[in-house]
Amino acid sequence: MRLNSFLSTGALLLFASTADAYTVFVSNEKDNTVSVIDSTSLEVTKTIKVGQRPRGLALARNGEWLLICASDDNVVQVYDARTLDFVKNLPSGPDPELFVLHPKGNPLYIANEDDNIVTVVDIEKGSVVTEIPVGVEPEGMGISPDGTILVNTSETTNMAHFIDTQSNKTVDHVLVDARPRYAEFTPDGSQVWVSSEIGGTVSVIDVKTRKPVGKVSFQINGVNADAIQPVGVQITKDGKTAFVALGPANRVAVVDTATLKVERYLLVGQRVWQLAFTPDEKQLFTTNGTSNDVSIIDVEKLRVTKSVKVGRYPWGVAIAPF
Amino acid sequence: MEDCEAHRHDLRLKAGMLRLAAVILFSAAMLLVGAPIKALAQSAAPPAETRTIRILLVRESQDRPAPLSLLDIPPGDDGVAGARLAIADNNNTGRFLGQEFRLDIIESAKADELLAEVQARVAAGQHFLVLDVRPQTVLMLADALKTRDVLLFNAGAPDENLREADCRANVLHTSPSRAMLADALAQYLAWKQWRRWFLVLGTRPEDQAFAEAMRRAAKRFGARIVEERTFSTESGSRRTDGGHEQVQQQIPLFTQNAAAHDVVVVADESELFGEYFPFRTWEARPVVGTQGLTATSWHPALEQWGGTQFQNRFRRSANRTMRPLDYDTWLAVRSIGEAATRRRSTAFAEISAHLRSVEFELAGFKGQRLTFRDWNGQLRQPILIATPKLPVSVSPQPGFLHQFSVLDTLGIDRPETKCRL
Repeated sequence: MRLNSFLSTGALLLFASTADAYTVFVSNEKDNTVSVIDSTSLEVTKTIKVGQRPRGLALARNGEWLLICASDDNVVQVYDARTLDFVKNLPSGPDPELFVLHPKGNPLYIANEDDNIVTVVDIEKGSVVTEIPVGVEPEGMGISPDGTILVNTSETTNMAHFIDTQSNKTVDHVLVDARPRYAEFTPDGSQVWVSSEIGGTVSVIDVKTRKPVGKVSFQINGVNADAIQPVGVQITKDGKTAFVALGPANRVAVVDTATLKVERYLLVGQRVWQLAFTPDEKQLFTTNGTSNDVSIIDVEKLRVTKSVKVGRYPWGVAIAPF
Repeated sequence: MEDCEAHRHDLRLKAGMLRLAAVILFSAAMLLVGAPIKALAQSAAPPAETRTIRILLVRESQDRPAPLSLLDIPPGDDGVAGARLAIADNNNTGRFLGQEFRLDIIESAKADELLAEVQARVAAGQHFLVLDVRPQTVLMLADALKTRDVLLFNAGAPDENLREADCRANVLHTSPSRAMLADALAQYLAWKQWRRWFLVLGTRPEDQAFAEAMRRAAKRFGARIVEERTFSTESGSRRTDGGHEQVQQQIPLFTQNAAAHDVVVVADESELFGEYFPFRTWEARPVVGTQGLTATSWHPALEQWGGTQFQNRFRRSANRTMRPLDYDTWLAVRSIGEAATRRRSTAFAEISAHLRSVEFELAGFKGQRLTFRDWNGQLRQPILIATPKLPVSVSPQPGFLHQFSVLDTLGIDRPETKCRL
């Protein structure tokens, strides 16, 4: 009895320490579904049928709307993030892959992988504001915290394109290593981090001068350099730590942003691509495409705590604040 | 894009039936070429000065026997369309760096005519040649140009000797060698535990070469060739009124009473009989090799690793699907572009040095970086294992390890090479 009550108290304490429950959305590229995971119980509570080839995910309207790049349907779908009801389709341009929302909540900037453009969409009106021509196979999308600078990466042109969001025109192009996949601004807006999947590096670019100021390299004992393929990048709100998903190396690198040195490699599922923090930044969710699961990282302890089975080829991840 | 055609130097002399058909297809394709890449019109101010890199595609027209299947007749722009797409891709990056790439094409059935034309162009400042020519023509051009600032890319000849005893310091190879293809297939067969092979080979020298590559691969990956037969029947005219009646009898008879085997390996590079084997063998066994399940550098249905967008771009520019030769010429032209980008230079010495440096890496829609082997100039690349409709797997297979790069489990590795550059 004593033991039992001790255990239940422990469970209660554990529950209390992660008091905020969040809803985690994971797109399953092969299944045409989105898995919904409760961040506390770490169980899949629901799987919803969505458009074809769902990839990038994002939340809008303070988390009330779930936006889904339905790549093969050439639309961005809007779902109610609480009820999971379909709300509407947004025009997206052809083959939307990843997108980023203006910090003010509108518009949405969409990378059209098959058409060498970034499409700017007003999510309230559901209309295309403009199209911005960029390099071949645009993918990564990052926006500065003040919303003035948008960075798009083009996978075959191997550049980070800097776009002025006032004029919606490209203002600069910075060469990075092969096949850039993701762009992420530091919280102070001074740097943008761009991952290069084939190059195996993350370039750190100074936003003011638009010059590369450093490069993160990775080395893992027992893993061929060819398998180290950085994709998703997330940086903590204090700007001190970056997490980088390393694809078929099956690891997430923990990087000190001051020294650009890797502090630790965390073993996760297979072909890890995208990452998302819970709003309290206590947990980091990773999508592991080949092993059909997500791994959950305890951000403070830098430990992988659990993996949760989702659909086939999980791709994108977004987490609602409720 | 269009101006590539303006520079096209047509030395084509002899046109057989197949050639003629190919030319018609090619011309039709040309009419349908669209604008594949949207102009980056509103980008920042272009660099002050634009420098041009010219790349010459050298095609040797060869009288090949017509393949068995009407589906397999090569288009007239086989390889040309791949080079052209790579030029567009190069220019998309180049326009930000003040670099412009242009493609010129020469074609002839006579190697000495090609040599004369190439020499004239080299004298006029041409540095980069992409070759779709016979193996002996690769050597002739390489030797004739060895004192010049010229780099040759062999995109068309899989022959081992070009990478081994006859390797040349001024040649890089983007087409996989026969040994790479055979090893890739053998690794998959090993993974399937199909270890007993019944080898059927044709009488042409390239069939013998492919068979030899498969024999080597068998030894390397633990398979056994339990029986070998030469298919020496003249294939005759490609089509007749009727035909299936006799083939339906002929192949079961030919494959009867063979030693117990898991697969039939056909070695028929000229596509004269191999397609007759699937579903007609005496025993119910899969057919692999040059037909059936094949090893290839590219497949028109590959969609992994961003392949979909690459295939779509190719289709928009060429109005057909991409073939392995297109991929191999694309790799050659993109390699030059990548080196020019990284060195931010159009100088031959810079580009040439970068291509041979450890910094060189190319993204080629194969899920990992592609690099050149420093001992013989061969491009390392994953090889697709495929049926005609879909890719089945990609080699190297899991479990085949290597101290440097698993890609070096495909083909002749550094310790075995006879190449001395």
